[in-house]
This record gives sequence, structure tokens and C-alpha cells, in this order.
Amino acid sequence: MTDVDIQVRVNGIARRASVPPRLILADFLRVNCGLTGTHLGCEHGVCGACSVLLDGEAVRACLIFAVQADGAEITTVEGLAEPDGELSVVQAAFRDHHGLQCGFCTPGFVVSVTAFLEENPKPTDDEIRDALSGNLCRCTGYQGIINAVRAAAEALAESGGSASRDATAKETE
Amino acid sequence: MSGSQQATDTDRYAGRRVKRVEDARLLTGRGTFVDDVVRPGMLHVNFVRSPIARARITGIDISEALALDGVYAVLTAADINPYVHEQWFSLEGRHAPDTPRPPLAEGEVRHVGDPVAMIIAQDRYVAEDAAELVIVDYDPLPPVVDYATAFDSSELVHEAYPGNLVGQIGGRPMADLAPTFDNAPHVVSETYHQQAYCAMPMETRGIVTEWSPSDGTMTIWTATQSPHEVRGFCARLLAIPEHSVRVVMRDTGGGFGQKVLPLREDMCLMIAATKVPAPLKWIEDRQEHLLAAGQARHEHGEARMAFDDDGRILAATIDHVQDAGAYPSPNPVGSGIAVGLIFPGPYRIPEGTFNSRFAFSNTSGRVAYRGPWQFESVARECLLDVAARQIGIDPVELRRKNMLRRDELPTANCNGMPYSDITPLETFEQALEILDYDAFRREQEQARAAGRYIGVGTCTYVEPTAGASALYGTEGATIRVEPSGKVNVYVAGGSCGNSLETTVIQLTADALGVDIADVSSIQGDTAVTPFGGGTGGSRSGPMTAGAVNQTATELRGRILALAAHLLGGVPVDEVEFTRGVASVKGSPEKQVTLAEIADTAYFKSGSLPAELSVGLEVSGRFRAQHLMLWANATHVCTCEVDIVTGEVKLLRYIVSEDCGPMINPNVVEGQIFGGTVQGIGGALYEELAYDDAGNPVTTTFMDYLLPTAAEVPTIELGHVETPSIGPGGYKGVGEGGAIGAPPAVINAVADALAPFGVRISRLPLTPATIVNLLEEAAQRGAAGAAAAAGAARTAVAG
Ligand code: FES
Ligand code: FES
Repeated sequence: MTDVDIQVRVNGIARRASVPPRLILADFLRVNCGLTGTHLGCEHGVCGACSVLLDGEAVRACLIFAVQADGAEITTVEGLAEPDGELSVVQAAFRDHHGLQCGFCTPGFVVSVTAFLEENPKPTDDEIRDALSGNLCRCTGYQGIINAVRAAAEALAESGGSASRDATAKETE
Repeated sequence: MSGSQQATDTDRYAGRRVKRVEDARLLTGRGTFVDDVVRPGMLHVNFVRSPIARARITGIDISEALALDGVYAVLTAADINPYVHEQWFSLEGRHAPDTPRPPLAEGEVRHVGDPVAMIIAQDRYVAEDAAELVIVDYDPLPPVVDYATAFDSSELVHEAYPGNLVGQIGGRPMADLAPTFDNAPHVVSETYHQQAYCAMPMETRGIVTEWSPSDGTMTIWTATQSPHEVRGFCARLLAIPEHSVRVVMRDTGGGFGQKVLPLREDMCLMIAATKVPAPLKWIEDRQEHLLAAGQARHEHGEARMAFDDDGRILAATIDHVQDAGAYPSPNPVGSGIAVGLIFPGPYRIPEGTFNSRFAFSNTSGRVAYRGPWQFESVARECLLDVAARQIGIDPVELRRKNMLRRDELPTANCNGMPYSDITPLETFEQALEILDYDAFRREQEQARAAGRYIGVGTCTYVEPTAGASALYGTEGATIRVEPSGKVNVYVAGGSCGNSLETTVIQLTADALGVDIADVSSIQGDTAVTPFGGGTGGSRSGPMTAGAVNQTATELRGRILALAAHLLGGVPVDEVEFTRGVASVKGSPEKQVTLAEIADTAYFKSGSLPAELSVGLEVSGRFRAQHLMLWANATHVCTCEVDIVTGEVKLLRYIVSEDCGPMINPNVVEGQIFGGTVQGIGGALYEELAYDDAGNPVTTTFMDYLLPTAAEVPTIELGHVETPSIGPGGYKGVGEGGAIGAPPAVINAVADALAPFGVRISRLPLTPATIVNLLEEAAQRGAAGAAAAAGAARTAVAG
């Protein structure tokens, strides 16, 4: 199998690489880019730990080949906080509401919730639970996570902000 | 707070919802889990695993795999197993009876997933390709799949164990109690069968081993709850000095018991690293985890209770059998005995006994899992509900009659377990009050009349935490005030989400008297931290509190002595030291900061009188004064069962817990939430299932069903706070949720279905199981049962 040239932007940085066609996006991000925040909990599309934003949409990086991301804009958990380290609204809400314990599932939740609140800024509790049902957490019993999502939605509504920095940037473009 | 005020209890960090110091890195993707560790020249390991439950290995052809580009080596038992020098766990001790545990399968495979060969390749992709190319010839043998019939099987999982019996342990002979049971007005019994399910941390297992041949040292990065256990184990395994092994863990993605001990694949990586000129990495995938990371909870037991006319318990026994799988770690007898010992639970039971047997089977080996003895609560609490229905008394009334009251404590249960500092009845009443039990019964009445089936279940348990076994009986801490006045506290750690960094800095800031922002904790590296047992047995809270307190007290003494000198030679007992600032009592205007004290301690030693020690660093080791610290809780659950689909919807879930004072309520509640949801998963969804041939049928998260946010109810909490006899009055809280939840859920379902005469004895309660139970009950004559249950309910209500 010959390698394929791809070009992507990851957290705003342009990356070119020559990758085997079977390399999954998660491994490209973790190994080739050294962005180890994207985690692999199942490698078969169920746990959601590997979630990243692909052109603003949450996808499972274990189910996508790196070559399929050619030309895309990718945001990983490393790209959500402000450059000075200030946590995003969603990240801060997880911290404030004990939405994480071991932190292994956390990048996937934070990324998925960021995309979800973009799409549905004023979710009901049922909608929150439904949206979270594609991510597995073994530590928290989801209690703190659900509270964090509710709080993040409220904080965003109050500030009129957006869950993801990239989306804000795009809107102002 | 002004400097002139004495620090009071309310100024303490312990007890507060201090935000976690772990969060910033974990939320931004900057944690360091084992798979994030990259070493120069590192090679990747993949295992060839048995596809058959039991077979003789008649040949292994590695030639094709070895020829694949990018493959460095393919190792089999002959390359690895002879290099095992000693193999035992510090947790158990050198002389504890142990069960077989070869690194790679030798001669015979004993479960699907048994590792047969080890591929070492340039990356995981190539290593997986190569695994496909290894040809293993198997001569299938009849497997012992069902542990419950293993004792009678003519086939043996391990030749050295006749009847597949790992071991047997028990109390006084069951026959002793025959007169009590024979003469009792009511005798209730049921055999409960619990399915296999397990810890299932979101991070699978993983290990990186790096051998340095020139100086004979090994460095290991791994996902573990106990870095020092891994270090000692590796040193013994390879017969190298303990100080030649360094084990590092930074972030571990959940453990729940599964990561307490190094397992067979870890041994392979330790040994193989000494044979290849590169560091090795193995990261388990989820399918391997489901095949080979172990099982738990698989057991059954006949529970029996005798009651007098008033519903007072006269005696309780359990005859219990547990599945050990093929390669348990550790030997299950040691923890399995607790099922029988704690079976009486928080009740006044004059007489009782137990018998436990442990059976090998050709399935994944048993490993520790959060509340390993949890079956005692399942058997007892479910039987009590059956008893209530049988005797015709409300299950809450039955428990009130029998539950231990505070004025009866301390006491020992009929199997000799010494209870103290527990509040079962208080948690029971508190949880029922949060629910409004009577209102629920009224609602249930109306619902039933309308054809809806809702039910309530409870579980009250007592739980030994921080048990002072040989490894777990002490814990160390080193605290250093750095020359700048900033503080580092070193403990062994092993935190897998238990927030140990946060709680340790809270405790240290309090014990030293410094600002929490000035304290940082270093954990999980055997080269720099004190020796410690790691996280397990709900010990981290109380034991690290003991270690930190003892160490900080001595260090604080040194700080005060230096401060007294710097404040002009005042007597030490006139020095106040709060939030890192020392002053003389009554004259707050003259102050000296910890930074100044530290500067003197390190850099101005010449100016100090000889009797003052220089530097500010102390190591201490706390020795438990207790055997165990008892915690207790009550879980109350309500549910609705759809009698057509068999689906269970949880309506309310309440936990009232007594874990003593809380160091950080967020952390405590997080542990309760997480454990409870694991227990809910075990009651309703999760099963590590095998078919009759011993093939696992749950090998992905599509089949092994973990609870998601969509199924889990809001968990309401109540706290009762009774200090333990341990450090700070703290008790452990890590495991309890996983113990209390299954019986509460099962009882709620049973209560919902009581009008149909359903008796639950097999778990989990999947929709299919419930539909079957309803059909069986219907065949037994539902009408009569419904009428009887209705009459009983009316009698109670009246
Ligand atoms: S690793 Fe991608 S969904 Fe689990
Ligand atoms: S925080 Fe550990 S899996 Fe979610």
C-alpha cells in the first residue's frame, strides 16, 4: 500500500503528511501530530473518547481514516482552551461541576458537548442526556457531566458566546 | 482572614469543595496516560490469543509472521516463561497460597483470549498483521465452561486441582444450625446467581517497559493503581534489586480494582524487555480487555434465614460458590471469604455461618473489582425482600425490626466481624425520608390500579474500608518545604480518578498551616515517592490522611522552632503559624513568612543554634491502629417495569452514606455516583457472557452494555457523619456505591413485579430476563399469586 499525501489544519496549524491509507485519524493525531489528548477507549465507535471536531462537526476519530480528513479543519481537545490557557466555557463547567474523575473519557465529552451546544444552545435535560448517550464514562455516573452541560449552556446563554472558539472565529470572518 | 485571628476549623481546607488540581491538564488533553508515553526506538507488542476455550497446543509456526516487514520478534512460552524467577504479589505476601499464572500459555490454552505468542514490531498495525500470520495448531479439549458444575466435571482446568476446586473456606458447620431452622416459624431461602461483569475502566490496560542492559535497570510506565506493587513484582520476577526498577504512573484512566495487580501480559513485557534492544509498549484494545482483562462478580449462593413469629431474624447462612476463571489474580479465596463474613450485614442476627467454594473454569480469570465481596449484599438484601413478602410484612418494617441500633454498638456479627462507628438505621431512615416511602406506597397502589408497575427497593450494608493488611497497614509521606517556601508533598499515589492529588494538598495545607495554593503533590513515581500500597480497598483517604498528618505534624514542629528563633527567641508555644505566616501570640505586627523561614533553614544554617535542624523536609510513615474502618450506607431505588417489553426505567435513586467526615464532598459524592452507576449497570445491563463452548459473546461495547447518561437517573444523596477510629475520623468511600446499588435495583424490580408472583434469582435483569420471569410466573398461576400479594399489601397498609 503506498502512502497518501494529506494536508489538514489541526487546531489552526497546517500539517502535511504522507500516511498509509489505513491509518486512522486518531492515530494520526496522537502519533504523527503528538496530540495525545484524543483518547481511544474502544476503537469501534461506541465510547466516544476519540471525538474530535472535523470542520466543526463531532466525529469519532477511530472510525475515520486520516486520508478521509484530507483538506479538513480539525479541532482536538488541545485546541479548545484559549491560547493563554483559559479554559473554554465547556471545560470550565466540567471543572466546576466535578464532571471528570480519571479524565480518560473527558476529551471526548468536552469535544462532543462543544459541538452539541453549538447546535442546540438551549437544550432540555432530556436532550442533554440523549446527546451524551454516545459517550461512555465509567467514573462519574454522569451526574457531574450532566450538571456541567446544563451550566455551560446557561453560561453561554448569559454571555452570548459560542461553545467553540473556531466557530466564533468563523462567524466573524 | 486577618493575620491576628486564630485559624479555626472553618478555615480548614478539609471538608470543602476544593476544585481539583488534576482538572486543568485533563480537560485540555495534557494528561499523561500510559499510551501517551513515547520512548526513543520503542517497539510495539501485540498478543496472539487463543480462539478456543481449552486445547492442547500441538505446534506454533511463527515463520511467516517473522518474515513480515517490520516484525522484530515473535516470542512464545519457551522464550518467556523460563525467565520467571519469583512470581507473587506484595498484596498477598510470599507465602500465601497462590494459583497458577504463567506469562504465556504453555502446552495448553485455558480460555479464549489466553495469550499464546507475543509479536514485537515497529508499530501496532504491523504487530496486528503479524498476529494473523502466526499459525497455532490446537487440539481441542472439552472445556469447563460453567463454574457451577465444575466441581463435578471429569475435565480439569488445571491438573493439579482435583475437582477444579481452588479452595474452600467457611464458618461453623451448617448442620449446627439445623435445630434453629427446623424450629423456626418462618424459613426463607433463595439461590441467587450473579452474572460475570467487571470493572471496565475506560482506559484499557497498558505498559511500557524499558530495560537498560548496561546498568541492569528497568523503567516501567503503566496504568496501575499501585506503582510499588508493580515495582516489587518486577524485581522479583526478574531477580533484580528492587531499587533497579522504577515504575512511573501519571494519569490512569480508571482502575476500580482491575489495575491493582500486574497480570500475565505485564509479565511478558517485563521479561521481553530484557531480551530486545528497545523499549516495548503494549496497549490493550477493548476486545482484548473483554477477553483477557479478567472477570468479577460471577458467583451464586443459597441464602437462608430463619425468623420468629414477629419477623425477627434467628439465623442466617449462605452457601456460596465463586467462579475463579482459569487464571485468577490474586487467588480469590482471600477476598472471597468476605462474602460469608459480611453476609449478616447490619442486622441483629444471633446465629449464622457460611461456606464458600471457589471453582476454576475455562474463562477469563477473576480479578478484583470494587467491593469484591458485594454478593453478600445481593444475597442478603434480596432475600430479606423475599422474606417480607413470604411472611406478609412490609420490607421496611422487617428491616427496622432487625437492623442494628447505635446503642447496640460496638458489636460483632455472628461470624465474628467487629462492627463499630456505623449508623445503618440512621442512613436507612434518612434515605426513606428523602424518598417519602409512605407516599411512594400510595402512588404504587394507584399505579397498579391503573396497570402500571412501579416498585421500590432498598439495600443497607456495612463495609470494611482501609483494611490494615500487611501491604495496606501503613502509608508514608514526605513533605518538603522548598527554599522558596513552596511545599511539595510526596505520596505513593496510584490515583485513577480518585482525586488523590487534590485531597493530599488539602490535608497537607491544613496540617502544616499553609495556603493551599502553595502546595503541590508528586505521586506515582517509585523513584521519588515513599513506598506505599497504592489505591485499593477504599484505603487512600484514611491512610494518606494518616501519613500526611503524622509527617506534617513533625515538619510543622520544625517550622515553629525556626519561627520562634527568627521572632527573637520566643518560646515555641507562643508562636502562631497560619496560612504560611508566623507571629507571636498577642503581637501580630511582628511576622515571619514561611519563605523567610525556609530561606533561613536552607541558606543561613550558620546563623542557627545547633539544636535547630536545618532544611525543611520530613518523611513519616503512619501505622494503622485499626483492623478496618467500617463505613455504611443505604441505597433506595424506585423503578417502573414495562411488563410487555421487560424494560426497567429507574425513577428515583437515593443514597444515604456514612463515610465519616468528608475531606472533599465533591470527591466523595463523585465516588458514590460512579460506584452506584456501576452497580446499576451490573443489575440491569452488563454481562461478560460465554456460550456453551466457552466462546465469549460480549467482545465489544455493542454487546457489553455500559450504562449511559440516557439510562442513569439523578442520584440524590444524604450524609450521616460518624467519625471512625482512624486518622481524622475518615472512612473509605471508593467501593460502597458498587455494593449497594445492585440489591436496591433488583429489589425495586421485584417489588414492581410482586403482583405477578415473580421471584428473581438470575441476573442481570435484562428485558428478556424480565419477560421470561413474567411468563414463568404466569405459568405458575399468576392469578393466585397476585391475589395473595394484594392481600398482604392491604394488610400492611391497614
Ligand atoms: S475509541 Fe472511538 S468511539 Fe471509542
Ligand atoms: S472520568 Fe473516568 S471515564 Fe470518565
